[in-house]
Amino acid sequence: MFCTPPAALRRIVLAAGLGLSALFSPLTLAQEPIRIAFIDPQSGSFAATGNSAYRVLSFAAEHFYNSKGGVLGGRRLEVVALDNKAAVADSQLQLRRAISEGMQFVFSGQSSAVASALSTGIERHNERNPDARVLLLNYAAVDPVLTEDACSFWHFRFDAHADMKMAVMADHIAANPAITRVYVIGQDYSFGQAVGAAAARLLPARRADLQLVGNELHPIGQVKDFTPYISKIVASGANAVVTGNWGADMVALARGIADAGLDLPVYTFYAAYDGITRTLGEAGRNRIHMVHNDHANPFPSDERRDFTLAFEAAHPELNVTQPRLVNTLMMLVQAMEAAGSSDPLQVALALEDSRLTTMTGEQVWMRPQDHQLFAPLHVSVHTDEGIEFDLDRSGFGLRTVHTTPLEETLTPSSCQMQRPAP
Amino acid sequence: MTDALLFATLNGLVTGLLLFMLASGVTLIFSMMGVLNFAHASFYMLGAYFAFSLSQPLGFWPALLLAPLLTGVLGALVERHGLRHVHRHGPVAELVLTFGLAFLIEELVQLFWGRATQDFRVPALLDFPLFTLFGQDFPAWRAFMLLLSLGIFALLYAGLTRTRYGLILRAAITHPQTVANLGHNVPRIFMLAFGVGTGLAGLAGVIAGPVLGTWPGMAASLGSLVFVIVVIGGLGSLTGAFVAALLIGLLQSWAIASSVGMADVLALLGLSFPPDHPLRDLWRLTLPQVAPLLPYLLLVLMLLLRPAGLAGNREN
Repeated sequence: MFCTPPAALRRIVLAAGLGLSALFSPLTLAQEPIRIAFIDPQSGSFAATGNSAYRVLSFAAEHFYNSKGGVLGGRRLEVVALDNKAAVADSQLQLRRAISEGMQFVFSGQSSAVASALSTGIERHNERNPDARVLLLNYAAVDPVLTEDACSFWHFRFDAHADMKMAVMADHIAANPAITRVYVIGQDYSFGQAVGAAAARLLPARRADLQLVGNELHPIGQVKDFTPYISKIVASGANAVVTGNWGADMVALARGIADAGLDLPVYTFYAAYDGITRTLGEAGRNRIHMVHNDHANPFPSDERRDFTLAFEAAHPELNVTQPRLVNTLMMLVQAMEAAGSSDPLQVALALEDSRLTTMTGEQVWMRPQDHQLFAPLHVSVHTDEGIEFDLDRSGFGLRTVHTTPLEETLTPSSCQMQRPAP
Repeated sequence: MTDALLFATLNGLVTGLLLFMLASGVTLIFSMMGVLNFAHASFYMLGAYFAFSLSQPLGFWPALLLAPLLTGVLGALVERHGLRHVHRHGPVAELVLTFGLAFLIEELVQLFWGRATQDFRVPALLDFPLFTLFGQDFPAWRAFMLLLSLGIFALLYAGLTRTRYGLILRAAITHPQTVANLGHNVPRIFMLAFGVGTGLAGLAGVIAGPVLGTWPGMAASLGSLVFVIVVIGGLGSLTGAFVAALLIGLLQSWAIASSVGMADVLALLGLSFPPDHPLRDLWRLTLPQVAPLLPYLLLVLMLLLRPAGLAGNREN
């Protein structure tokens, strides 16, 4: 149909093409971005949490690295959001998709059930495909089992787990002599159950007169009206509430507490950001406590302040909800630069025993035995006094009232990790 | 114990009446046209979103009036331009149309409003505790929900039994040909009934939106429950739907308020199992944990024992 060009012309074109591609190929390899799969909910009950986390991570990648020339000699970091609707089945599908698209780093954190499934899936995949390995960076799923009985070489956790946080919370509760009856309520899945178990174990051991008067589990992501549960809390005669609820469940619980006029201190892991602060508002002033990493108001460093200002300028309707994402990214890049490559095995080896000074000025440490991060833990309170950076544009925010240093958060490791052959 | 029970009963009533507002629309539409409207909960969601968007420029109270009207008009249009055309192909075709409509509405909502939960709040006028009992406040908004739902039921009942239009409507249910012969525009009556039904769903959405959250999954979370109520109450019976809705609302509320569980049953039978028993999840079940299942268990029981429902009267 088309007249074929003469043989000589074809040879010239071929030579020119080969020459050009040879000229450009080192550059194209160097420009190949490092793609990070962000497997977390972007729709469904927990869309707000997953979406704000994705924005924080993408912004951090841009702000700290891409705008300054990238990493490993000019490679951009590209964060790809893969919606898993906080479900295990969808997460496994998205993992397969990420692997098929050649992504080697997976960030996940919303739901320990998802993290557990990803950890198992990645371990299996890496065993069978040693030339296409994947690393799991768990920035928020804090069921202790993930770095204990179910630990994996390819899984790194960048937040203190539930037992560590509960220990800090138990100390703080025990230090308040007015609290004698504690009611625990949580989401009915691995993490919620772990919090309940830790509370039952640690709280009565702190003080003789401190007792648990309730340990309630509710279906995750489904209860929109917590009034019946609040009624039970009131009926139990509790004078403090402990919950690990996060995302939409914490919003609904906060609304229930505010509506019922419940005048009790509430100790939480995740009672801030993504609409929770706004819902608590006036009703929660000086009563809602949160145990978390990364110092809240007043920010101890200018770098943290600058990052927050820059992020809120770019996303006026959002807040820096999970600064641990920034720490995770920084440790990942630090490990990549130390290893000189983006090969997951080399990066994993460089991550072990690494330390980072976070943008808040804190020192954090990745323990090599179980791939668990240790950092100072803070207890902050929901208030509008002394708040430089408020949340949800509500005037309310978190003020840190107590800090537990890294050394005091250390827990023994029961991890028996299977290390890959070098 | 009694204070928890009292609040559980109050909350059960509020939830039950909200569910009735939804179920009444489905019942009305089913009585009229024999169509089970799968998209009914989607109109409930649209009502909430319309009210949220309208309340920004106009304030809450005008939005409370306009959003159900808007939803009703939309419903009437769906009947006029959608259902009426597939009516000749039988009830299955109509069912599939409403089923597809449910998906379409959910995606359109996400397209226009996004996937995050909207900041739809209770109006400041009613955002205070009405009374405090045993240390817990009962919000005025819930009392408003209760009164509004009861008022709607009373209005609906009076409208269907006392007014002329109500009589024509009820006659068209059982004798559409005769009513047509008498000169009434039966297709228009059907369209109006559909509009009223979806308008009621929209109204339920407006008052539930601030309490249960205005988010794209709100239709799916209540949709199946509405059908459970309609089937338990008896297809086509408004009173049956009322009783069934209250029953479901109270049942769930009481189940959550209780603290009985398998452990109590086992203790009664004198059995016990080691903590690492393979069925340990079953032995540790509590009634609050299975509360979401109870309506569906009741549905299965009802279908086994009394398929016509509590007060069913339409078989075709």
